[in-house]
Amino acid sequence: MTTQNLAPSRPYRPPAQLGGRTPLNGTFKRRATIVGFLAPALIILAAFVGWPMISALQLSFTDASGFGTPEFVGLDNYLRVFSDTEILQAMGNTALYSVLFTPTAIVVALVLALAINSPRLPFRGFFRSTLFLPFIVSLAVAAFAWSYLLDPQIGLLNYWLQAVGIRIGNVLQDPNLAMPTVVLVAVWKNFGFYMVIFLAGLQDIPTSLYEAAQLDGASVWKRFTNVTFPMLSNTMAFVVIVALIAALQAFDQIYVLTGGGPYRSTETIVMQIYQSGFKDLDLGFASALSYVLLIVTLLLSLAQFLFFGRRSKDINS
Amino acid sequence: MTALARSGVLPVTRTHSRHRGDPMRWVFFAVLLAVTFAIMLPVLIIVFTAFKPASEVNAFPPTLFPHQWTLANFEAIFSELPFGRLILNSFGFAGGVTVFALVFDSLAAYALARLDFRGSRILLIVIIASLMIPFQATLIPIYQLVSQLGWVNTFAGLIAPRAADAFGIFFLRQFFLSLPRDLDNAARIDGASEWRVFRSVVLPNAVPALLTLGIFLFVNNWNDLLWPLVFTTDQNMGTITSGLTLLTGPGGIIPQGVMMAGALMAVLPLAILFLLVQRRFIESVATSGLK
Repeated sequence: MTTQNLAPSRPYRPPAQLGGRTPLNGTFKRRATIVGFLAPALIILAAFVGWPMISALQLSFTDASGFGTPEFVGLDNYLRVFSDTEILQAMGNTALYSVLFTPTAIVVALVLALAINSPRLPFRGFFRSTLFLPFIVSLAVAAFAWSYLLDPQIGLLNYWLQAVGIRIGNVLQDPNLAMPTVVLVAVWKNFGFYMVIFLAGLQDIPTSLYEAAQLDGASVWKRFTNVTFPMLSNTMAFVVIVALIAALQAFDQIYVLTGGGPYRSTETIVMQIYQSGFKDLDLGFASALSYVLLIVTLLLSLAQFLFFGRRSKDINS
Repeated sequence: MTALARSGVLPVTRTHSRHRGDPMRWVFFAVLLAVTFAIMLPVLIIVFTAFKPASEVNAFPPTLFPHQWTLANFEAIFSELPFGRLILNSFGFAGGVTVFALVFDSLAAYALARLDFRGSRILLIVIIASLMIPFQATLIPIYQLVSQLGWVNTFAGLIAPRAADAFGIFFLRQFFLSLPRDLDNAARIDGASEWRVFRSVVLPNAVPALLTLGIFLFVNNWNDLLWPLVFTTDQNMGTITSGLTLLTGPGGIIPQGVMMAGALMAVLPLAILFLLVQRRFIESVATSGLK
């Protein structure tokens, strides 16, 4: 490339990005450009996220039911959220679900990501495509397949497990086993997504680090704890927060597998929001419940952000 | 393997020389194959049950493979449901959302990544915070709005509320930030407008990210159950996912073989789509800010 090619064909006018501001691109035209880029998305988000949020907040202080004029009831709905035993039970269930789901999904995803990232594994491409497939199967379809597999009479999985002496019975109707089963199906459905993110993170770790560790005689386990794990901390932070938000909002798999039963043992907060909002038409209460969930999610995300933010700084220093 | 190595996704340069003849790698392979089989079991049961005659579906002891293969279940699903129409609706809804959201998200992401303007940080924080809203929380007001617009049972009602999304904007912004700024500054010095920089410099370099986001949007909307159930009351406007659940609902006692045939038909377009683009998909996660 010669210097002649770089010469601009018209008088040079540094763009605003490079510090130059001319009357034309500095003010009106530039503003119009920015608005042009942002407007379509922001109009959609304002109409279908922003306005509904404000509308739901207003509703949460009323006794709106879809009929008649909603009346202002102050904090009644919020007080009900923290006194209603069904809601408290749903909160406990959501916490249990999150505690079971988040670590299980992360461990499964990380172990499989490590396995298919290993250069020793033959046919890695096959495993990578296959293991991601559950993520693209809809929960409606997955729930149907799982119910059929787990059927106490004709279920293939039940039959095979009985052949090796394990009797699991009707897991979706068992108050003690329904929650672990729902969690299992959710892990099955979602681990592929987390696995791909871990895989991407693993491929960013320079191989020189492993070679150095190997020269120092570090074992496979040492290499994992001293190289892989610390180098994955940003990826881990992202996956933990995404998995936790997904767990707090668990709905589909429960709706299709158990409907919240048996004996409310799989009833979660979002199930309750759906129940009170769309079945009982108790719109004010459903909105208050949504806001409580929203605030819990925001606080957890913030705590996590601070925790992981500090940790990754420790590693860098 | 060579294709993957060429794409730079996998560091496979040393594989052949160092690991050939290592017996442990085949043990490793066998273990992972068994795990993969267990994970794939629900998918396999859908595929094989779809080809089983009714007498075998409820037989004891259950088997994975059909003894006798039949297409009867596929014939039945076309008579039970307006199947062609539902598939078309699914393509219209999921495809429409994907196209609109990719365009609108990338425009907004470009503004947030490249056009420094006052308030851009706050706007970004608001967008990230909105990711944490459970969508059931806003479903009632959205429904009220859509129904006031007269959009129930229309593609507009299904698509418009999702024509832009916070996750997509955030995801693409992260990706755009990872692109070298020198590229677009060079174009700007040559007198290119922002629109020109966006279209001719940034977008062509963002194809993997657009592809990834596109797959997410398409898969999520294709598979979404509650959304089409809420916004369509006319069965002819439903999607394949919502249509299938009508079969299991009240009054819809359908043989399981037929259900599995329907399930297979619902998953097949996504599986084909994913297998076509999966290599670039993982590449893009690796190069984007999504980690």
